[in-house]
Amino acid sequence: MKSLEELKKIREAALKKVEMREGGKDYRVVVGMATCGIAAGARPVLNRLVEETAKKDYNCTVSQTGCIGMCVYEPIVEVYGKDGEHTTYVHVTPDMAAEILEKHIAGGQVIEEYTVAAAAAGNKEV
Amino acid sequence: MMEDLAMHTLEILMNSVHAGARNIKLDITDSAARDELLISVLDDGKGMDEETAKRASDPFYTSRTTRKIGMGLAFFKGLAETCGGEFSLSSEPGKGTRVSASVQRSNIDTPPLGDIGEMMMETIQADGDIDYELAYVTDSSRFEFSTQEAKEMLDGVSILEPGVLLWIKEYINEGIKQVKEDIV
Repeated sequence: MKSLEELKKIREAALKKVEMREGGKDYRVVVGMATCGIAAGARPVLNRLVEETAKKDYNCTVSQTGCIGMCVYEPIVEVYGKDGEHTTYVHVTPDMAAEILEKHIAGGQVIEEYTVAAAAAGNKEV
Repeated sequence: MMEDLAMHTLEILMNSVHAGARNIKLDITDSAARDELLISVLDDGKGMDEETAKRASDPFYTSRTTRKIGMGLAFFKGLAETCGGEFSLSSEPGKGTRVSASVQRSNIDTPPLGDIGEMMMETIQADGDIDYELAYVTDSSRFEFSTQEAKEMLDGVSILEPGVLLWIKEYINEGIKQVKEDIV
């Protein structure tokens, strides 16, 4: 059975990581969690992001936002870099979310084919 | 549509978050003896006046300005009505709001409970400054979780740390499972 005491261990581990990193995290990963996002499947995406980030200790925070007015593209995951650059990933599945963490957050590589720009270009061709 | 009670409840919790609540109390009373499962959400958000409260469960009323419909309360009320339970809403401007819906446990239309741990993790994640008190109560047993207690343990480390959130989800689900097993 789990006990609240376990939080102390998690606390110590978190503090150790902060020391190693000397300050904040480099990336902010934001999931659209309004009704439109949730209906499109944002919950499992958010869960996967939290799980993977906790397990693999990616250099990012994971947070939520409301409806950003592109409901048709939900689930949407936005990645903000520390220099203010910003990427919008659309129609994200839990597996894509894991890939975004691995390639973008850990590897610094934007996955172009998952971005809103790629989705918009695809729509025009159709 | 909402596939489980946790998803319905998440919508209600999100209403509280958007109403500026600082403290949210969620009680789930799961009574086999009364054949009833009651979900009650109490917040200290901005509340509603009588007129607004009356219209709040109308799907074509919303306080949001981004869209003209709001389904959370309408679905919650519909859930109670479909599943042989009752819906109630009371609110006072400046004080807060209490919303509750009950369902008959044996009713064929009653959806499964769903993942309460995940739901709590998601609502906590929406704003780490809001405090939650969760109680899951059966006829013979009880499980409680309070973010305030968790924050005391964390002593300055954010409750939004992914490792912490994940732990909360598992802690709650384990606690509820334990309480459920006590029934049998």
